[in-house]
Amino acid sequence: MSVPTPPRSGWTPEELKRRRARSIAIGLALGFLVLMFYAVTIAKLGPQVLNRPL
Amino acid sequence: MSTIAQRFAPDLAPPRASTAEVGDFFALLKPRVMSLVIFTALVGMVVVHPDVHPVIAAASLLLIAVGAGASGCLNMWWEADIDAVMTRTRTRPIPAGRVTREEALAFGVSLAVGSVLMLGLFANWLAAGLLAFTILFYVVIYSMGLKRLTAQNIVIGGAAGALPPVVAEAAVTGQVSLVGLVLFGIIFLWTPPHFWALALVKSEDYARAGIPMLPNVSGPDETRRQILLYSLILAPFGLLPVALGFGGLVYLAVAGLAGAAMLALSVKVYRVRDGQPAARAAMELFGFSILYVFLPFSALLAEHAFGFFRPVPGLPW
Repeated sequence: MSVPTPPRSGWTPEELKRRRARSIAIGLALGFLVLMFYAVTIAKLGPQVLNRPL
Repeated sequence: MSTIAQRFAPDLAPPRASTAEVGDFFALLKPRVMSLVIFTALVGMVVVHPDVHPVIAAASLLLIAVGAGASGCLNMWWEADIDAVMTRTRTRPIPAGRVTREEALAFGVSLAVGSVLMLGLFANWLAAGLLAFTILFYVVIYSMGLKRLTAQNIVIGGAAGALPPVVAEAAVTGQVSLVGLVLFGIIFLWTPPHFWALALVKSEDYARAGIPMLPNVSGPDETRRQILLYSLILAPFGLLPVALGFGGLVYLAVAGLAGAAMLALSVKVYRVRDGQPAARAAMELFGFSILYVFLPFSALLAEHAFGFFRPVPGLPW
């Protein structure tokens, strides 16, 4: 799939490349945040979370 | 296809495209300072042997590092004018024109607020409060206030750089003890000789930027005297972990030798005052001072994380 051309004029190919790299970095950072929240939540719950009346 | 701005405000000029690379934003975090923060904070955590889940400890360490990075970023946002005229800093992302001040401000504030809130949620609010205090102290008290006002700027501002072990201890124990405060004291006392050694060599750079560093205000001789005084206090202070029982034989040997070397290099800076040899002596002290923090803190890490702790004989505890 080709990368869609941005609507705004004045973006050089180099700027587009850098914008894409920044977007990927933001995406990775957000993904890492999700994983960190998940891991910390599990760690905070601890094994006792399974030991409860049903 | 048109953007919302083009549809509703066709006369509006398109926003300038950011030319920043990902690496420029990383550089805003002052990665070398951040690595020192991670290291000292890790030692602050390990020494107190916390009963906390490793995931929580690792996340806290990361957030302390991000908070420190946010401080560095906001410092660069505020000091862009100074950075532009100093040879050491003129290639930083903002003065070089790769990142705008607005981008740096938004990035720094987001990271600062995010790291403090997350540390509060993940660890505790004492640690979060201390991290917020550290960031505010560095950005507002040091960068915006002291740095351009007084020759004691880095003495007081050094407190911000010394706080990470205290924040780390609070994050994993929920309190601040003498252990954290002693580690704070070591870094706090180390900061002036470290920066003044550099300032002796770069005094013209600082003068051009209008920063009242001690060599520019009180002269190089007074700076040399103060460097020696701080080293005289630092060398014995660095042995306090032994007296308090959390530094063992390895720490005693390493901190003792490092303190003696720091003192010897400070004496050399004090005595050699002219020409190239004087500049060389100052740079030797500056170079070794980086090691001074690394070596004793590594000894503490080896003793508490890798089982090298052997109590110093003759101590009553």
